[in-house]
Amino acid sequence: MLEAEGIVKRFGGLVAVAGASLRVGRGEIVALIGPNGAGKTTLFSIVSGFETPDEGSVRFDGAEIAGLPPHAIAARGLVRTFQIVQPFAGLSVRENIAVGAHLHEASRRRALAAAEEVAARVGLADRLDQPAQALTIAGRKRLELARALATRPKLLLLDEVMAGLNPTEIDAIVAVVRAIRDSGITILLIEHVMEAVTRLAERVYVLSQGRIIAEGPPASVIANPAVIEAYLGHGAAARLEGASHA
Amino acid sequence: MRHWVFGAALVAALGVVPLVTSSEFWLTFFLMALLFALLGQSWNVLGGYGGQFSFGHALFFGLGAYATGILQVRHGVPAWPAAIAAIAIAAAVGAALGALVFRYRLRGSYFALVTLAFAEVARILVASFDYTGSGFGILIALAPGAGNFQFADRRVFYWLAWALVCLGCLVALWLERSRFGARLIAIRENEAAAQALGIDPLRTKTLALALSGAIAGVAGVLYMQIFLFADSHIAFGPTMSVEALLAPIIGGLGTAFGPLLGAILLHALGELARHATGGAPGLNLVLYGVLLIVMLRFLPDGITGLARRRARG
Repeated sequence: MLEAEGIVKRFGGLVAVAGASLRVGRGEIVALIGPNGAGKTTLFSIVSGFETPDEGSVRFDGAEIAGLPPHAIAARGLVRTFQIVQPFAGLSVRENIAVGAHLHEASRRRALAAAEEVAARVGLADRLDQPAQALTIAGRKRLELARALATRPKLLLLDEVMAGLNPTEIDAIVAVVRAIRDSGITILLIEHVMEAVTRLAERVYVLSQGRIIAEGPPASVIANPAVIEAYLGHGAAARLEGASHA
Repeated sequence: MRHWVFGAALVAALGVVPLVTSSEFWLTFFLMALLFALLGQSWNVLGGYGGQFSFGHALFFGLGAYATGILQVRHGVPAWPAAIAAIAIAAAVGAALGALVFRYRLRGSYFALVTLAFAEVARILVASFDYTGSGFGILIALAPGAGNFQFADRRVFYWLAWALVCLGCLVALWLERSRFGARLIAIRENEAAAQALGIDPLRTKTLALALSGAIAGVAGVLYMQIFLFADSHIAFGPTMSVEALLAPIIGGLGTAFGPLLGAILLHALGELARHATGGAPGLNLVLYGVLLIVMLRFLPDGITGLARRRARG
């Protein structure tokens, strides 16, 4: 469904993404992990059209989308959320979600009705009339998810929807994300909360210094020495190995 | 809901003014307030709902006034077709300006400065050519008659202005209840988030500027038909741009009835100040400046915002 090939993105002298490739198949939950500054969010921004890649191609449903503006990509069914939540602060939760619903729904009444349905799916049903700025962090993350969901996407890019949440809130979001996938929406997520990654993702890509250094099921990727070194530094895998034998 | 009722009551009360008073002073006072309420609503569409603060709305007001005047005086076009053409021209210039400035992602103070520059350039150009009346302005010959869009009875203009203000309020209410309005408001609140949800900011803002330009053009046409005269300072001058933005800021940005409420309060204050100072020229601008600072400091969401906060307790 999504194929990104050889993506390169430079900011001045800094190479943020250095030839990364990834594929997401229909119906999958795929996670993109990696240390801070690895280029994960930049890769997301390229796929969703907020940045143009210097090299490489992005195909979605077989069509090239690299270079299209974000709204055109969203209209094709590829919708992102933001790591730093971006609510429409002055609007109510219902109005926030309705903006997403309006992508494929011209009628105001039906968009507002759709907003209610989506709010129920992500657990915001009792907050519909609150202003978005009155929500807690966990609430805002749900709102971010709800708005994207209301656009009826085929592929959702979730950028750290669990960062800053407590374990109970993470449990709740994990269940919501799984339910979204079960409703037929493919999911690619960036996540730092490894517990959530292992519970949700079928496949994991590890990005480090702009390159994909490992790919596979969560358990094997986490045990991969290259991944451990990317997170903990050179030689860490060997030291861990030595420690467990001692 | 309560301000909706209040707004409707205000509009209804204004509708009966000519029936209660025959005083020329009060009729003119409220007619001018309605005219500037219309101009304020035009600014409100783009600035209040869309979050794009223009400092040059005189451009569209002036285009409306001048285009209808020039078409009648220089080309012999009858008044009503000239009025419609003038409104279309104001809308088209709004669309063209929007397509230009929004393409280059000019926002905030940059957008304000560019609109101010366009209005000033238009003012200077208009004052430079004989075709546009150069230093004298445009004068339409007095020829009362409905076919000429000239009414000897001022009450006819009053009710026409009132009906157009009602239409302006309906446009604003439509924005609050439509997909286009939801998109425009989403851009005001957060452009990146709006884009991520499939909204095309360039298209949406350009359409809003065209709509706003058309409404300001209507105000300009009406002004021209009432006074049968405009010069470059009146029609394209910065005072007009300030009037356009002050009414909605005082009344309540992004509210349907805010510009009307603001325009009435503003003109009441202006009138009082004129009495108090004996009509020193330019003093109304000083008053507007002070008012703008006070409003933005203490009541950024205007009188309507204050009423809403009170209602919430």
